Amino acid sequence: MPLITVSDLTLGYESKIIIRNLSFKVERGDYLYIVGENGSGKTTLIKTLLKLQPPVSGKIEYEDGLTRKGIGYLPQQSNIQKDFPATVWEIVLSGRQKKRGLRPFYSSEDRKVANECIRRMELESLIKSSYRDLSGGQQQRVLLARALCTEGDLLILDEPVSGLDPVIMEEMYALVESLNRDGITVVMISHDIAAATRYASHIIHIGEKLFFGTRDEYLNSDTSKWSSAK
Amino acid sequence: MIKTLFEYLQYPFVQKALIVGVLIALCSALLGVTLVLKRFSFIGDGLSHVAFGAMAIATVLNLVDNMVIILPITVLCAVLLLRTGQNTKIKGDAAVAMISVGALAFGYLIMNVFSTSSNLSGDVCSTLFGSQSILTLSASDVWICISLSVAVILFFVFFYNKIFAVTFDESFSKASGIRVGVYNTLIAITTAVIIVLAMNLVGSLLISALIIFPSLSAMRVCKSFKMVTVMSAVLSVICAMTGLIVSILAGTPVGSTIVAADAAAFAVCLVIGRIKA
Ligand SMILES: Nc1ncnc2c1ncn2[C@@H]1O[C@H](COP(=O)(O)OP(=O)(O)OP(=O)(O)O)[C@@H](O)[C@H]1O
Ligand SMILES: [Mg+2]
Repeated sequence: MPLITVSDLTLGYESKIIIRNLSFKVERGDYLYIVGENGSGKTTLIKTLLKLQPPVSGKIEYEDGLTRKGIGYLPQQSNIQKDFPATVWEIVLSGRQKKRGLRPFYSSEDRKVANECIRRMELESLIKSSYRDLSGGQQQRVLLARALCTEGDLLILDEPVSGLDPVIMEEMYALVESLNRDGITVVMISHDIAAATRYASHIIHIGEKLFFGTRDEYLNSDTSKWSSAK
Repeated sequence: MIKTLFEYLQYPFVQKALIVGVLIALCSALLGVTLVLKRFSFIGDGLSHVAFGAMAIATVLNLVDNMVIILPITVLCAVLLLRTGQNTKIKGDAAVAMISVGALAFGYLIMNVFSTSSNLSGDVCSTLFGSQSILTLSASDVWICISLSVAVILFFVFFYNKIFAVTFDESFSKASGIRVGVYNTLIAITTAVIIVLAMNLVGSLLISALIIFPSLSAMRVCKSFKMVTVMSAVLSVICAMTGLIVSILAGTPVGSTIVAADAAAFAVCLVIGRIKA
């Protein structure tokens, strides 16, 4: 069974419809890119996948294990966070909330996992640094470490490379790709169609025409020719 | 000077004022961190004006126990303000401004029309800027304050990790199954409780200072959320004690003296923060 099966999904706010009749599947091990212009509804789509908001119509089915273990999520950065006084450690550890339920304090298991995620994202030297003193790339790595802490099989990343310079961006891509090679399924929003055609196994293009398919299908489709011509 | 101070400390009314002052300062600082970081501090400001309006109603009705009116009204408005703050149609800050100015005007109006007191402007002034009422607390006032403060502190300690998660990132918290709406409502209710308590200490116009100053000061010098929380609680308690003692010794108004101490602490933290950076 696929991790997520989406059929005939329509999304919108109140009376405004943003995406109409979208169907796709996410299989274990996939690396799915969601591309599209500003305001096309990428964030709305993944918020719906995360059950943060209800769809207008359509159906989303989850594999049992996915619901139980949870989804690692890296939200689009908000301005509130940029000058937040919290250490890298505090933020990464807060990724364990899912496992806490109503218990108020973290266990030694939680700390162990948080430490591993920090090591994985090469943040050991920054563990006591304040989030607001970090560079944009480091901040994104912290949020990625927090998402990893969920220990789910699926990571959903909302524009993890926006605002990063090309070198740091490549580092981020490499990190995410290595996670995907370790068996974690990745759904990633990006504006970078070039990167999508390089790394993705599947691509969703949201625009006047919806597209869902494998990378090769995308490269041969009208959607990609149309957007690269523009 | 020290001798007079110790003499004063023997008096029960001074002891009561210090206990209540310290507890209120502690609670408002704890919550202040979250409110400031969530950009909710304007709600605190609006609520303090609502509390003034409620106080006016209680005064006009000549209630012995005015808490019965003030607390529910303020809590209700806290929840309403939070809701409208999240509503995209009415601008959150405009809604708060509307309610707070409205409550202020309404409060003064009904006090003017219905009050039987001979010293109206004195009454109004003391509700706005705090009176010596902190020095005339009854035993039951003190107990109410102690139990509400303990409740606030327990809430904060028990839900500390959740509060941090919700403050730092609502979307992520929601996605990991935290019921963000519930916590936001709890935070709003706690804010209302603290504001009502603090009205005795500094008066309704100066409450926001108690909520905002300590956490802003702590944020200048501390790196972690935990240290910001601890530091702002400590600063707030020290400033409240200093303010109270100075006002008793020098006969200055209690509320303004405490806020002056908070402002001074902020200035010091600002300088320390600059030097560190
Ligand atoms: N809470 C909301 N209420 C009403 N409309 C909204 C809301 N959030 C987003 N929208 C609208 O929905 C549309 C899609 O927004 P969304 O954030 O999903 O776009 P996006 O593709 O993620 O854009 P970006 O690339 O800028 O992040 C936009 O037109 C936006 O104005
Ligand atoms: Mg977006």
